[in-house]
Amino acid sequence: MVKLVAKAPCEGLLPFSYGTVSLSEVTYDSLTSVAPFVGKSKAVADVFKAAGTPMPAVGRATGKDGQRAIWFGRGQVLLAGLTIEGLEGLAAATDQSDAWAVVRLEGENADAILARLIPLDLDKGVFKRGHTARTQVQHMMASITRTGVQTFEIIVMRSMARTLVHELEVVMKAVAARH
Amino acid sequence: MRITCPICGERDRREFYYQGAAVALDRPAPDAGPQAWDDYVHLRDNPAGRTCDLWFHEMGCGAWIVVERDTVTHEVYSTELAEKAAR
Ligand SMILES: [Zn+2]
Repeated sequence: MVKLVAKAPCEGLLPFSYGTVSLSEVTYDSLTSVAPFVGKSKAVADVFKAAGTPMPAVGRATGKDGQRAIWFGRGQVLLAGLTIEGLEGLAAATDQSDAWAVVRLEGENADAILARLIPLDLDKGVFKRGHTARTQVQHMMASITRTGVQTFEIIVMRSMARTLVHELEVVMKAVAARH
Repeated sequence: MRITCPICGERDRREFYYQGAAVALDRPAPDAGPQAWDDYVHLRDNPAGRTCDLWFHEMGCGAWIVVERDTVTHEVYSTELAEKAAR
């Protein structure tokens, strides 16, 4: 049988770095959206808890590197690199593994780079490690999670991968030139 | 202009899509008659002052929001999730 090799959304585009900041692709084994049915949020939270990853509150992400549960919008959580059993009848779980591109922006001034692209206060006193937001990167809808003091994971629709990398590269060069 | 999403908090207007008057939350009964349905589908007030609109937090959490605001002063008085306002 032919074994198909998956092509990562940012293949051939990443990694690169300018000044203190690097941009690399994050490849999760799976991405699954979980949308609790009406009245089932508590039951879903119990399943998450039993599985060892707390259900994230609004604007929060739980888990660890490589295995995250990310709040992903109204009534929705994205499981990244994580599978949780026992959600049948409680939530709509949808495989989205091939639908999104995930990148990691890391290094001193990473927040200054995002400040030029995102209409959101990313100050580390306001947007802390473990905080996440649905917002926009230029004109692209995106999910932004702060995973470290100067580390962010950015998720956009897979079709926007090249544009995201381009927008970030332009700003990374500009910020590197000023520091 | 800033709009406070009841879920995400205060956000830039760019993140929102404007749908129009919040009449969709006040749908006539199926047998309300042609006059009521004509009103509902076609006729809109155009107030200079307080108005209720539906906005969609398109680039954010995806919630529909009822925004009560002033078309003259641009003041935003309140925001509420449409799912709650409809009840
Ligand atoms: Zn929102």
